[in-house]
Amino acid sequence: MSQKTAVPPLLQVTDLVRHYALPREKLFGPPPTVKALNGVSFDVQAGKSVGIVGESGSGKSTIARLVMALDTPTSGTVSLEGRDLHTLPRAELRTARRDFQMVFQDPYGSLDPRQTVARIVAEPLEALAETSRAEQRERASEALAAVGLRTTDMDKYPHEFSGGQRQRIAIARALITRPKLIVADEPVSALDVSVQAQVLNLMQDLQQQFGISYLLISHDLAVVNHLCDDVCVVWKGKIVEQGPPAELFRHAQHPYTRTLLEAVPRTPTGGTLLPA
Amino acid sequence: MPLLQVKDLHIELQTQRGPAEAVRGIDFTLERGETLGIVGESGCGKSITVMSLMGLLPSTARVTGSIRFDGTELVGRAEKDMCQIRGNRIGMIFQEPMTALNPVHTIARQVGEPLRLHRGLSKADARKEVLALLERVGIPDAASRLDAYPHQFSGGQRQRIGIAMALACGPDLLIADEPTTALDVTIQKQILELIQSLVAERGMALILISHDLGVIAQTVSKMLVMYGGSVVESGPTEAVFARRAHPYTQGLFAARPAIGAPRGLRLATIKGSVPELVDLPKGCPFAGRCSYTVDACHTTRPPATMLPHDHAVRCIRLEEIATEVAAAP
Amino acid sequence: MSSSITAPSAAALKVPGFWRRALHHRSFVLGGVLTLLLLLAAAVSLVWTPWSPYDMDMANKLKPPMASHWLGTDTYGRDVASLLLVGARASILVGMIAVGIGLVVGTALGLLAAARRGWVEEAIMRLTDFSLAFPAILSAIMLTAVFGAGIVNAIIAIGIYNIPTFARITRASANAIWSREYVAAARACGKGSFAITMQHVLPNISAVLIVQITIRFAIAILAEAALSYLGLGTQPPQPSWGRMLSEAQTMMFQSPLLAVFPGMAIAFAVLGLNLLGDGLRDLLDPRLARAR
Repeated sequence: MSQKTAVPPLLQVTDLVRHYALPREKLFGPPPTVKALNGVSFDVQAGKSVGIVGESGSGKSTIARLVMALDTPTSGTVSLEGRDLHTLPRAELRTARRDFQMVFQDPYGSLDPRQTVARIVAEPLEALAETSRAEQRERASEALAAVGLRTTDMDKYPHEFSGGQRQRIAIARALITRPKLIVADEPVSALDVSVQAQVLNLMQDLQQQFGISYLLISHDLAVVNHLCDDVCVVWKGKIVEQGPPAELFRHAQHPYTRTLLEAVPRTPTGGTLLPA
Repeated sequence: MPLLQVKDLHIELQTQRGPAEAVRGIDFTLERGETLGIVGESGCGKSITVMSLMGLLPSTARVTGSIRFDGTELVGRAEKDMCQIRGNRIGMIFQEPMTALNPVHTIARQVGEPLRLHRGLSKADARKEVLALLERVGIPDAASRLDAYPHQFSGGQRQRIGIAMALACGPDLLIADEPTTALDVTIQKQILELIQSLVAERGMALILISHDLGVIAQTVSKMLVMYGGSVVESGPTEAVFARRAHPYTQGLFAARPAIGAPRGLRLATIKGSVPELVDLPKGCPFAGRCSYTVDACHTTRPPATMLPHDHAVRCIRLEEIATEVAAAP
Repeated sequence: MSSSITAPSAAALKVPGFWRRALHHRSFVLGGVLTLLLLLAAAVSLVWTPWSPYDMDMANKLKPPMASHWLGTDTYGRDVASLLLVGARASILVGMIAVGIGLVVGTALGLLAAARRGWVEEAIMRLTDFSLAFPAILSAIMLTAVFGAGIVNAIIAIGIYNIPTFARITRASANAIWSREYVAAARACGKGSFAITMQHVLPNISAVLIVQITIRFAIAILAEAALSYLGLGTQPPQPSWGRMLSEAQTMMFQSPLLAVFPGMAIAFAVLGLNLLGDGLRDLLDPRLARAR
């Protein structure tokens, strides 16, 4: 559970609810609703990372969108450094976005195929309209170097890169405004195992280097275990269990958490016989 | 006689930068009732290999070598003969349950299609068979859902329907290409258990492709590790998991994050990235990325070294690697 | 990966070897050549024609193709070849401006509908539905009959019909782009709808629009020919392929070639543009754009 320390948390999500109305099926009577989130609360402390684990339909992607203020909640608040993001006036919200950025799941869809890498990476800066073109290019170069890509990659197009490299470009884009919080929605699910390892190491290094907090959304328990200090297990729009990963995975209390853990296929450490 | 015998299979594809070998001389055999897993990352050639078994490669692909299925040679076989085999003697389950089913046909029609095509069943008879199949794969309330459309089912159920379709004519060989990758982990477990029980029940042979070592460990008794179009390591699953002789196999195992591992641990990575097909080295495909590479690795294709328990590895530096690994803390 | 129904993607333009593939594509090359010939004919006619298309020479009327008149002469002794060259101008002018009107206004409406959604989108789409309910050629005829014949009114009539077509196609493609993750990423940066529309949506639907332009251009040429044939489009003495056809009707048995030449000109122009559009649609297929 969230600990009330002297320092207020970086991100505070309180009783977040999101219901969607579906198209009407009958002429009279209320339209059916999808109850994507039914009251979710958690905190992210500065410099620490929180993982949100769940399967499809659990509401975890909805949490990501609401935290990033890409969608408005039916009720509940999302506060970054004490300010409720959904009540901020537009201009203030735009400048506040400097502090929180997002990395998306699909490395093939999250980069505009018609723009150069330099332009893609500099987009968050360009949206803030505070820096000159030259400065943006400079910072883009820095961000690319931080993720292990070269300055010569800046004028190339996304299709010239592999999935892992594209994900690095997406991470560079998220880093460029030097945010305090990065929301990563399944950042490595679409990647091969060896590439996944490289990107996870990179994310870990960036965390240590820049003190970034991650809100990591994933269905993969192992990935969450690797990067996060705290884990929330989401099921049908509610958090059913929460705690440090080591604790949670070893002594899971809630039946759903146990089901999740049991379902993960294990590799034998000894030489046990397998079914023929 | 083994059910499936693949010898020296080479497949050349047309890429944007010219022709490239996607599969470079692989061999394996499969007996009736045996389960084989193929593990590898994107671009290693695993999907292309099984597509060649079904004769589903693009027309610009060139296949050389031999694929003997129950004694008949499949390489170079006429399309109309391959149609007799597909869906009838070899069934295939695909990765994406969303797109593997035709959205405008009912499931009764789709699952019944192989029955009507290969067995010549009438619509009514096929329908009865379909009902039995759907009940076997665990579709709840199957009788009332025969005329439903794919979009009315969940992802896991659609994959079950796909399995029913693959099994309809009682094939001797079932190929499953990443059947659970697009599914949630709890559904994955159910689907894998279903496949295992069906395979055991009907005495089918199974080829399962996955990038997930855990899935391979729990489902198949023999495995192949593929990289850059070659089989770098093969053998009984138990032996390969225990011994992990090839550096690529070691890299794959080391790169996975594990539940319960301490925090702050850096994952061991394989340096570099998978080169494009046209850029693969002439000798061992892993040369350059492998930390044990020597000059000879770039030029000569490593021959298969046999280890105990029918465990084959293609690497010329096995002994040195084994001593280093043993010496490491 | 993403959706399997693929619309032409502008990303394909950035893949190397686009021009190499283009020059090997039969439809594209053939269509390109025919379209270029059309444009060339109009361009050349601005500086030179074998004869003046306005000079009547009753002594030499209805002559078959010969050395001095390559394609013969018409009922008034005018040189057919010159009439065709200058007639190309009318076709292209109408095509360009009519499609231009549709493109600018229609695309703007479609982008607005996709960006705003809600009742704005509904209103715009109902308006387009309403406009499309009227048969195109008949509407054009009605407009020119009411407001007077002439090339200007013909352009307006044809142009108005292009607006709903472009609006619908733009909105459909733009909606697909709005659901892409890179647009979500741009929104996450704080970009507004207008910036996203101009920087992300429009460039990525350009391929669809390019293909549509070639198709509508062909239709505009046909429409102009039809209107001129009926006497409602380009007015004499301005040459027009359509009017050449209507004038040739009475001479059908005496000089059949008088109908063949303008008919062929129209056919090749329309064929060329359609082939070009087909070729572009193939070449801009996103499956080819995904190099990896």
